[in-house]
Amino acid sequence: MFDDIGVPASVVLDDPFEEGEYESAPRSAPASAPVRAPAETVRDLQARIRQMQGTKLDTRSLPTHPAIASLLPGGGLKQGAAYSVERSVTLLMALLAGPSAAGSWCGVIGVPEFGVEAAAHYGIDLERLVLVPHPGDQWLAVTAAIADVLTVVVTRPPRQASDSSVARLAARLRQRGSTLIVLGSWPQTDAMLSISHSTWSGIGEGHGRLAARETTVTVTTRAGARPRSARLWLPDRAEQFSRAERSSRAPRFADEQTRELAG
Amino acid sequence: MTQRTNVTRTIVFWCPDWPITAVLRARGLTAEAGALDPGALDPGAPEPLVAVIEKGEVFACSPAARREGVRRGLRVREAQSRCPDLLIFPYEADLDIRSFEPVVAAIEEVMSGAQLLRPGMCAIRSRGPSRFYGSDEEAALWLLDTLDSLGITDARVGVADGPFTAEHAARSATRPRIRIVPEGGSAEFLAPLPVRLLGAPQLATLLQRLGIRTLGEFAALEAQDVTARFGQDGAHLHALAGGLDSRRIVPRTPPRELDSVVSFEPPLDRIDQVAFGFRASADRFIEGIAAAQLVCTSIRVEIDSDAGETSERTWLHPRSFTAADVIDRIRWQLQGSASETGLSSPICYVRVIPESVDDIGNHEQGLWGTAAEERIHHALSRVQSMLGHGGVLTAVVGGGRTLADRQNLVAWGDRPATALDRKQPWPGSLPTPAPSTVFETRHPVTVVSADGRVVTVDTRGALSGIPNAFSTGGTFRPLSAWAGPWPIDERWWSSAAGRGIRSNRFQVVDDAGLAWLLVNEGDSWWAEARYD
Repeated sequence: MFDDIGVPASVVLDDPFEEGEYESAPRSAPASAPVRAPAETVRDLQARIRQMQGTKLDTRSLPTHPAIASLLPGGGLKQGAAYSVERSVTLLMALLAGPSAAGSWCGVIGVPEFGVEAAAHYGIDLERLVLVPHPGDQWLAVTAAIADVLTVVVTRPPRQASDSSVARLAARLRQRGSTLIVLGSWPQTDAMLSISHSTWSGIGEGHGRLAARETTVTVTTRAGARPRSARLWLPDRAEQFSRAERSSRAPRFADEQTRELAG
Repeated sequence: MTQRTNVTRTIVFWCPDWPITAVLRARGLTAEAGALDPGALDPGAPEPLVAVIEKGEVFACSPAARREGVRRGLRVREAQSRCPDLLIFPYEADLDIRSFEPVVAAIEEVMSGAQLLRPGMCAIRSRGPSRFYGSDEEAALWLLDTLDSLGITDARVGVADGPFTAEHAARSATRPRIRIVPEGGSAEFLAPLPVRLLGAPQLATLLQRLGIRTLGEFAALEAQDVTARFGQDGAHLHALAGGLDSRRIVPRTPPRELDSVVSFEPPLDRIDQVAFGFRASADRFIEGIAAAQLVCTSIRVEIDSDAGETSERTWLHPRSFTAADVIDRIRWQLQGSASETGLSSPICYVRVIPESVDDIGNHEQGLWGTAAEERIHHALSRVQSMLGHGGVLTAVVGGGRTLADRQNLVAWGDRPATALDRKQPWPGSLPTPAPSTVFETRHPVTVVSADGRVVTVDTRGALSGIPNAFSTGGTFRPLSAWAGPWPIDERWWSSAAGRGIRSNRFQVVDDAGLAWLLVNEGDSWWAEARYD
């Protein structure tokens, strides 16, 4: 398990079209759009169909961190939905930061290595964070019990969960209106987030320190639409999450800081 | 002598060295040897040489230790040099009070209205008991009998006008352990005693410098002069010295019996049996507390096993206990002390004591249903009853240099406490950003230089080679950037808990753009956290 946790460097999406403007949520007026490619129209229509087939009529959005909100289908985390995050705990914290800062309770189940200090720095309120590091065999029961009351539940399935239990859990989430974020793969997700490329800045060959990381975050929705990706600072130098400007390069690390740390 | 009417005739009983008795009883050491009459010394019998320590000084010591030269107020090291076999225990004020509680309760059985002056000393208004038993002496004998039956064989009793005089009468009683100062004889009794007994060290020093050494001399001063010179406090002490102790005996209200006790006969050897056996009592316990218009916010659970082991623990509750919560706490306590398979020995006795209670009015549910937090608490408690008390955690960030020091996990419902202050600067702690993944147990890795040799760090912080790659298990990860070593040389004096080894930390970035926190200790390398 420890060995296979690397970010695959192969899937580097470098499509310039993916930068900047993303297709907005379907509710923004499509009439004002100029001449559009057929593929785009198809995508819009699919999105509308998805929305109309919504599991719940009044699916409400959770307050989501602005850096990541526009990447998600519907423009933010939705209540009753399930998301999966591949490997990156920082990305997971980016998803949690918005709801937690807005006063929601978050639960993290089966992730004993969740870095609490980093979570606190990224704006997750520890007073409203509940950790169940080792649910053991009762993983599903614990997740269901906690999903009953907490707004956002993060879980990592210890084994491949059976389809029936996944369906039961999904039904419960819909009923309770809580959001599930799965660390790992999950059969029925609204969106799958992964980091496809990451570059650390501030550190060199024997000098400096880790200061900021520029990543490409890719979001795949379940309807088979084209994956969206964007470049994000996870985190930037101020320990915040933010969108990376298109042509921004990591500025050189200041010399005096280097010396201060080396000494 | 107009003030005479205000003075209450008082019986005071005193158990010498009560802190010692309390400690011996709590630790299961034989209290009998310590309670033996000092006159009947048997040189062969092992007498406990015990001292109770507070703030590095002897607070109390057993008679045997006192014969060895140990005194109150002596520094621990000095006491140990006088008496090398001395057993030393920390002073616990609440243990003192708690263990004196049964004594007061037993006294209240034979005479009503006891006032606890301090653990080990009680005052009783003498009018009732003396009339009932016939005389002051008879009452005092009854008192001693009761104390004897509790195993306190060296208690003393003093009867006099006012608690102050009675206390010193009890202290001066040697044999036959009773001293009765006749009515109106307080002033004569107190006259030869030194002024320091007033318990006001500053005043005592001043009086001695003025040439006033005994209470009698102090009492002989004009009351008006004393008031003019020493104020109200001085006037009060002056009255005490003259045997005119106007303090009244305020009998304590016996506490309501809220404890719940179950003895299992035959002893039970399964946790669920014990939990089930306590169920009805738990209901009664909570009902009893509710009937007293209280709710319980912390309980103490005492469990005795057949083999004589005792387990005691205090459990807190963020809101208030219900019967099911009490059962859960008992179960968790048993699970904590037992292995997975079962208890080490059958359980014969369970006692639940409300440790802190609050007015029920403060915990009443709101008119429009309960708050959201209440629902959360219920659900988390349910998870706790599935996984155990430590299964559900909340986190607090504390101070410290290592990652393990900085993140403190607290079981849900417990008071968050950080060992180290976060506000301190902690030079040498990791620079931000903090790693998002902190491994529970660090993983062994190997860091090699370009020539394939393991990189080591010498005592001056120089590397044996430039780190080029590191491997975790079988995977080989080339490094694209690295920084370090950042040494930590914490608590080098202590070899406990893996401390005391100098460690060097490195931040490295592998070719996939993933950053790691590696730690080098001697020849071994560990991955402690990951920035993913």
